[in-house]
Amino acid sequence: MVYVTRRAEFSASHFYHNPDLGPEENQRIFGKLNNPHGHGHNYVLDVTVRGDVDTRTGMVVDLKDLKQVIEDEVIQAMDHRFLNEEVPAFREIIPTTENIAREIWRRLEGRIGAGQLHRVRLYETADLYVDYYGE
Amino acid sequence: MVHLTRRYRISAAHRLHNDALGPEENARLYGKCNNPHGHGHDYALEVTVAGEVSPRTGMVIDIGLLDRLVEREVLDRFDHKHLNLDVDNFRDQVPTTENLCLEIYRLLAPNFPVWSVKPEDEPEDTGREDSAPGARLLRVRIEETPRNFIEYEAEDGVRHGR
Repeated sequence: MVYVTRRAEFSASHFYHNPDLGPEENQRIFGKLNNPHGHGHNYVLDVTVRGDVDTRTGMVVDLKDLKQVIEDEVIQAMDHRFLNEEVPAFREIIPTTENIAREIWRRLEGRIGAGQLHRVRLYETADLYVDYYGE
Repeated sequence: MVHLTRRYRISAAHRLHNDALGPEENARLYGKCNNPHGHGHDYALEVTVAGEVSPRTGMVIDIGLLDRLVEREVLDRFDHKHLNLDVDNFRDQVPTTENLCLEIYRLLAPNFPVWSVKPEDEPEDTGREDSAPGARLLRVRIEETPRNFIEYEAEDGVRHGR
């Protein structure tokens, strides 16, 4: 089993707000992150695919195909976007790093040509990242 | 189940030396690290917690809460200290990166699980009605230099949410 990781970057804005809670409770829980105009990050995304090396190609997955899927499913949708407004999933759930990683998994799952999607790692900053393995 | 990792920095001095061994054996074993005057590193510490994402907050753990916990248990204790001389944790063990990693895990572990509650000034049970179970400590990783790092991970159950 070999693990192949492709890195991509996107910049996006977001804010944290739960409409089921009042303004004071939102402010208490989320603080500065609750500013409705949003704030932004340069996200770094590592997508890891696992699988056996194909004896014919020497590859687990064709990296240019993987790059294209990430481009189509994630970068087009999220790069230079206001996540709360422009990504439909985040009208229902809060675009925390945790939830963005899970949304990226949902977008990529089943779209990887060869191998198995293993991990989505999303850095919000160099000092904060989440890993999601699909369960 | 999502794993969340937060990175911190610790600058500290230490000396690798085992009193139970003679000077020649210490010099042989630890080389330059045995210098009696000590030396220092900018350690990078990564703390990874595992948990379900709270539907209420979208979070595994409140980052501010994790920061305060790590600051209280680890950074206040070790940052800008001499590990052999200024803290009790290495009176009876050599402050290698391995032992530092284990010691940090031991200091953090009793504070978990952590619920996605806000500051300590809230009533004790606030947030525990939250449907997400508490976040658990999964892994401590410490880099002594960018070329040397040690990881200690909780038993498999934490990784897989059991």
